[in-house]
Amino acid sequence: MSGDRANGNGVKQGRAERDGVEQAGVEEAGVQDGATGSGAQDTAGHLNLDRLLDAPETKIVVCCGSGGVGKTTTAAAFALRAAERGRDVVVLTIDPARRLAQSLGLTELDNTPREVAGIDRSKGGRLHAMMLDMKRTFDEIVLDHADPQRAEQILANPFYQSLSASFAGTQEYMAMEKLGQLRARGEWDLIVVDTPPSRSALDFLDAPERLGSFLDGRLIRILSAPAKVGGLGAFKLLTGGVSLVTGALGKILGSTLLGEVQSFVAALDTMFGGFRERAERTYQLLQTEGTAFVVVAAPEPDALREASYFTRRLATDKMPLAGLVLNRVHRPQADITAERALAAAEELTNGKAGKRTTRKNAAGANGAAKGNGAEAPLSATEEAQAAQLAAALLRLHAERVVQSRREHRLTGRFLASHPGIAMLELPAQAEDIHDLDGLREIIARSA
Amino acid sequence: MAQRPYTRREVRLVPVTNAAEARRAKPDWPAVRLHVVTGKGGTGKTTVAAALALALAAGGKRPGDRRVLLVEVEGRQGLAQLFDAEPVAYEERRVAVTPDGGEVWAQSLDAEQALLEYLDMFYKLGPAARALRRFGAIDFATTIAPGIRDVLLTGKTCEAVRRRAGHTHAGHGQSGHGHGAQHGHDRTKQPQDRVFDYDAVVMDAPPTGRITRFLNVNSEVSGLARVGPIRNQADAVMRVLTSAQTAVHFVTLLEEMPVQETLDGFAELRAAGLPTGGVMVNQARPVVLPEDRLKKAAQPGGLDPAELEAGLAPVGLADPEVVTALSELATEHAQRVLLEAGQREELSATEAPMYELPLLTDGIDRVGLDLLAAQLRRQGAA
Repeated sequence: MSGDRANGNGVKQGRAERDGVEQAGVEEAGVQDGATGSGAQDTAGHLNLDRLLDAPETKIVVCCGSGGVGKTTTAAAFALRAAERGRDVVVLTIDPARRLAQSLGLTELDNTPREVAGIDRSKGGRLHAMMLDMKRTFDEIVLDHADPQRAEQILANPFYQSLSASFAGTQEYMAMEKLGQLRARGEWDLIVVDTPPSRSALDFLDAPERLGSFLDGRLIRILSAPAKVGGLGAFKLLTGGVSLVTGALGKILGSTLLGEVQSFVAALDTMFGGFRERAERTYQLLQTEGTAFVVVAAPEPDALREASYFTRRLATDKMPLAGLVLNRVHRPQADITAERALAAAEELTNGKAGKRTTRKNAAGANGAAKGNGAEAPLSATEEAQAAQLAAALLRLHAERVVQSRREHRLTGRFLASHPGIAMLELPAQAEDIHDLDGLREIIARSA
Repeated sequence: MAQRPYTRREVRLVPVTNAAEARRAKPDWPAVRLHVVTGKGGTGKTTVAAALALALAAGGKRPGDRRVLLVEVEGRQGLAQLFDAEPVAYEERRVAVTPDGGEVWAQSLDAEQALLEYLDMFYKLGPAARALRRFGAIDFATTIAPGIRDVLLTGKTCEAVRRRAGHTHAGHGQSGHGHGAQHGHDRTKQPQDRVFDYDAVVMDAPPTGRITRFLNVNSEVSGLARVGPIRNQADAVMRVLTSAQTAVHFVTLLEEMPVQETLDGFAELRAAGLPTGGVMVNQARPVVLPEDRLKKAAQPGGLDPAELEAGLAPVGLADPEVVTALSELATEHAQRVLLEAGQREELSATEAPMYELPLLTDGIDRVGLDLLAAQLRRQGAA
């Protein structure tokens, strides 16, 4: 592997560790040996993507990780890969880039899975995609569970409107709710889920619990009590601690707002009986065998730190982790060390290199005659230009080697603290991805 | 790592010396005292906020002349890691000193603590506050009730912007609970002419997608609280946020999504009547090829292999494999440069001042932050 030798010079680094990193990128997503076992991890810490996606027992793939690491694109690429390998897939995206959304046929934010055109269906697979509309998902829950009159009351309540559009955990909760719904519909044999761009990758595991326990909690019962008994006047009837709380809340919130909160809560109370139960069901769904978590990270300290927390958290919560996807990895293409490249560039720039090149022998050495048959030596200007071009590219290469070295070091540290984790490297793309070909290419280039 | 990756880009680490000061552009935001820094996740928002704080703290005549507060509102402790300091707490603490003695203080705001402080200050709730906490009301107010959390965090930040020199800030000193005592320590150098406690406040704000809602606390709580204490607080906050003292800067990469979000963010802020600031293009890649070669490299077939080979021959690297690899690298570079040029063009629609910060391939540490700060000063962002 070129990267090995390129990085070898002057780098004191555990070879075994580095090799692990290298190989993970080399052998992944390749042709399968016919194995369809559920284990996505083959011999030495490689995340075998195709094996994971092909296994009929894989029902849900959750892509998680910190913001800006390419979760959405990764989720879409995995879903496309699985569909073109014959599975019936739906991908739930949270916030795709506009052009990527368009290429998936997601022109409307309408919470409905739509079939993606232009995929290779020769293996019998299908791909549906949808974008999460958080408010609409919340509205749907209300409409499903309350009688029409009460539902209308809730939907019109200003407190509900704020909560459904902006509560810090609503998006996370609704993503999980939607996952539960898609699973219940049973129309697809694989669901790929993108997770919201939380401030912390952990939020989406906690949010359902938080919202669920809030709506089912003590405060809610306090707040809903007076409304049931007959408005704020009922405060007097309550015990000391409770009236202290409601009194203080009234002071802070103002009585109008408190009234609105109370009527909202009272309306919810009757319809949601077991909101917590609902959250717990989703949580349990995530723990089942058919679910595979994929932690997406870029080879950067912040993203890897988040990935590390997440990996531990999944283990603590007994959530099935399939592995780490290391996105946007840089690899040097030429087999030259950074030091050698920089020295050569320096030499070319300083003009110390001998002026002995002619177009003829250059073309000859390349084995591709230029066709014009010119045997004239390069002019001094042309020679200088060629030297500058070469020097610029050698420096660019050196930089790539340095970056790659740093990425290896960071990844090595991650792997050292998570021994045995399966990993798949996806190379950095020069351009943004906004079509199916681009998505295919991501996985193809990892091979 | 011993090797410096920046050799080529002529972005030298410029210590903030007199010579460097002389070369710097005229500051674009002289009247701004609250710099809100937002950006899509992964664009380096926190890093740029920290660099901006260092840049704003520099340039004083005497040590301690300039003092900047850096505020974190999402509890990520990103600042502590950047400055290699202990976790930044709710109390303001000095985390860095610039070469010319300017000070950067940092604070990690927590909505729950801000609410308790606020309750204590205005309502003297005492045991009721404890009861509120016990019943989950504090948690409710700060994590679930929409808007309230944002009012508390922006309110606390605005309080630091307005705080006069020599005063302990509201809520401290009189409150007697825990953290007040630590404030104001270690400030022996207090120039007599100082008007405000901080010359500037930099907020590491929520990401672009949420920034307008976060700052537009007025409209956010208006649906909920038409009168009452929350409304009053929101109005006070909005007076600072909509004034000429405030600017909201966007950190972006030259990539499609962050650029789109930046454009959307500018439009949203403007529609909401909030003051927009500059665009900080982070991790900008220098162009290393002349324009004609760049165009050629981006086309199918790429660079002329004969020319590359001729260029490489004098240093003994005219190997076909090397030529192919470098040619591919050139194509990638050219594609990237063209893409970035297109994105830069898109960003110009904001008509906002643009600042470019280099990609630090070696990672970010204090040295890197100083380099970025020097860039920001040189380009007039501070």
